[in-house]
Amino acid sequence: MIIGSLCLLGLFAFPLWNIMLGAPQYPDPLGMNIHISGIQGVSEFDLQNIDGLNHYIGMKTIPKADEMWEFNVFPLVIIGMVFLGVFLGILGFMKKVDYRYFLGWFILMSILGVLGMYDFNLWLTDYGSNLDPHAIIKVINEDGTPMTYKPPLLGYKKLLNFDVSSMPAMGAWLMFLGMSLTVVAFMVGWKSNKSQINQ
Amino acid sequence: MSLHFLKKITINISTMKKYSFYLAAILGSILLLTGCGNQNGKASSDGALASNNAEKVYVAPGEHDEFYAFMSGGYSGNVTVYGLPSGRMFKEIPVFSQFPTNGYGYSEETKPMLETSFGFIPADDSHHPDISQTNGELDGRWLFINGNNTPRIARIDLKTFETAEIIEVPNSAGNHSSSYITENSEYVVAGTRFSVPIPQRDMPIKDYKGNFKGALSFISVEPETGRMDIKFQLIMPGFNYDLSHPGRGKSHGWFFFTTYNTEEANSLLEVNASQNDKDFIAAVNWKKIEEYVENGGGTMVPANYTHNVYSDETHSATSTMKKEVLTVDPTKVPGAIFFMPTPKSPHGVDVSPSGDYIIGNGKLSADLTAFSFDKMIAAIEGEKFDGEAYGLPILKFEDVLGGTVKSGGLGPLHTEFDGEGNAYTTFFISSEVVKWKLGTWEVIDRKPTFYSVGHCMIPGGNSRKPFGKYLISLNKITKDRYLPTGPELEHSAQLYDISGDKMELIYDFPTHGEPHYAAAIPASILAPKSQKIYKLAENEHPFATKNVSEARIVREGNEVHVYMAMIRSHFTPDNIEGIKVGDKVYFHITNHEQDFDVPHGFMMIGQKNSGLLIMPGQTKTSVWEPKQEGVWPFYCTDFCSALHQEMQGYIRVSPANSKIDLSWSLGE
Repeated sequence: MIIGSLCLLGLFAFPLWNIMLGAPQYPDPLGMNIHISGIQGVSEFDLQNIDGLNHYIGMKTIPKADEMWEFNVFPLVIIGMVFLGVFLGILGFMKKVDYRYFLGWFILMSILGVLGMYDFNLWLTDYGSNLDPHAIIKVINEDGTPMTYKPPLLGYKKLLNFDVSSMPAMGAWLMFLGMSLTVVAFMVGWKSNKSQINQ
Repeated sequence: MSLHFLKKITINISTMKKYSFYLAAILGSILLLTGCGNQNGKASSDGALASNNAEKVYVAPGEHDEFYAFMSGGYSGNVTVYGLPSGRMFKEIPVFSQFPTNGYGYSEETKPMLETSFGFIPADDSHHPDISQTNGELDGRWLFINGNNTPRIARIDLKTFETAEIIEVPNSAGNHSSSYITENSEYVVAGTRFSVPIPQRDMPIKDYKGNFKGALSFISVEPETGRMDIKFQLIMPGFNYDLSHPGRGKSHGWFFFTTYNTEEANSLLEVNASQNDKDFIAAVNWKKIEEYVENGGGTMVPANYTHNVYSDETHSATSTMKKEVLTVDPTKVPGAIFFMPTPKSPHGVDVSPSGDYIIGNGKLSADLTAFSFDKMIAAIEGEKFDGEAYGLPILKFEDVLGGTVKSGGLGPLHTEFDGEGNAYTTFFISSEVVKWKLGTWEVIDRKPTFYSVGHCMIPGGNSRKPFGKYLISLNKITKDRYLPTGPELEHSAQLYDISGDKMELIYDFPTHGEPHYAAAIPASILAPKSQKIYKLAENEHPFATKNVSEARIVREGNEVHVYMAMIRSHFTPDNIEGIKVGDKVYFHITNHEQDFDVPHGFMMIGQKNSGLLIMPGQTKTSVWEPKQEGVWPFYCTDFCSALHQEMQGYIRVSPANSKIDLSWSLGE
């Protein structure tokens, strides 16, 4: 349980999500790493170059860390969950709390995670579709609606000349691993409890 | 008749077997003939050999070459960069000549690069590139090349592939036995071809003999920065110093120069300088002379020569006039300089990878002379001299001779090495490359070149560690090798596969200008450190516009400074008013891109200057002097983006006495 929740600290060192943009002119794709505390380019000037390209289609510039409340709140939430998890783990070790609290932590974390994903998707939608009406390039879909440029939340999408892929990054994998470990902790607790009852 | 012939064959059907045997024999010998006697080098169209050769030079689309080759541009004054084995040209690096393609020598920042003691010189004749070395192996930091006509040495930075520094060489004329470097890049050496009065003065030409001198300059290279400085000049007898090479390995510390015109003729040299049966190779113990000058030896004399340095931070060059140079009278340093008699006006002097042999290529001879470094040292220690020239000892030819290559060719010019104990010599007159073995002096193979080869080049072939896979012959005469293009043709180069016992001609491609010599290096050493952009944050150009909010126009009397920024796909500002006839307008333009391969260009209608090509993060300046009232456009000349055609602007030019104030805008 303790190790599992400590795995969340990986989010402070590694990006949560990664979006890569490749095109004929970009054999080395541009990319952004989404950390819980802000967005960084994969290479030094990637964000500037993505913004430079996006101005043609009227997208807003990629937000700086202080331009989105999420980048202030997310780290606090993660820290809170780490403390709570470690705390529950210690209490569990001292047999002060029941294994069911571990499952509770996991469910809470999952809810927060889903909320985070929902929020992230809202931002992607706004970023990809809330376009400058004076945009240089305006593409109309076959049904007559203006084309939007929302990157995929997960997976691959073709946006004009760009191949965009969006995948969880190291931080997210560590988080998933940590969350799985808490489930394992719950299972272990549950089993040992059952065997105690059987005895 | 054909019927008769048929009949005859029918009649002789009994002897058919015999005929078919003859036929096969004849066909066989024809095949053999075409195989061996492929004298024009044209690959047979359907042979297995030809398709194999095609594979050897084929670099598939998107794939990279194995080597970078830097070729001197000769009278273009520049250097071209090619890939081997494909023969594809990647870049022309402007060095000693103005280059309107990117504004080198036209922009305010680069004009100082072409300043000399004679003033601004727009062109030169570049000759012998050499790549910097550490422990006798190519290290790929810098490329040095000589300007032959107005004597200069340039250093090219192999991160940016741009000229970083040019130093003028005083007291020199026809800077030909240059620019060769010692095995730890201690010195880049520049020798004079013409001997001249030192110091220059008004005197009769016929008084040449005994009065003209030849300066051999040792230019130190600062180990970290590559910065050049003339350490000393040897003031030698008035011969012509043709080519040179450093000792390496055991002969490190020595430098060898070929001479011709030891007759000291001053007219009709083709006859008068070809009378002596032997000229000299001058062996110079530079370590000894270095020690001499470090102990206060030598004479500081007045001189005028420029030292031009380009900075990647300010994106600008500065030119400084130097006022004195340290000269050394070679007779004052006993035991430092010896002459080795060498047959027939030698051109190249080349040192084997181990440093054991010094090869003299007597260009009017059939044979090659290989001197033994060990024998040379023994002769010097034994003081076995054969007279002297101007107080400098001459060694006995027989005492220092290591071997003679009975080449069977005519007009040897230059030798390179493959690191497997073989040497490859070019023959101008018999138009061929001859492969021979060091030590046994036997000829192993010979292949024709097309036509009249000058130098050849093996990657690293002039270092301790050659990469003996390819040899390039740099030919002087092209004639029918390619589709004709009128009287003026590019030169031709041939690529030989030298990985086997026999050389194989595998490719042929035109080269720009006249590549006198080339230097090549594995791409794996250079490619990873090739710079992609200049960082805008590190731009220290005094007229840079690092933020669009700083874009502005400043008038100082008749001088107007436009601080302009460019990014896909607009200039900031793009509407300018308040310029007047008679103004001198400086466009200081900064490219705000920080993306690989997104340069922007700039041209202004009626501008008596080249355009600019500005790399990401770079600032360049171009001057425009408007002569007519009106509204005049400028635009980006490099197709930078989908909206490149929109990347343009206007400048309003008013009469000289107009009261219109300066104003500028973008998007209003």
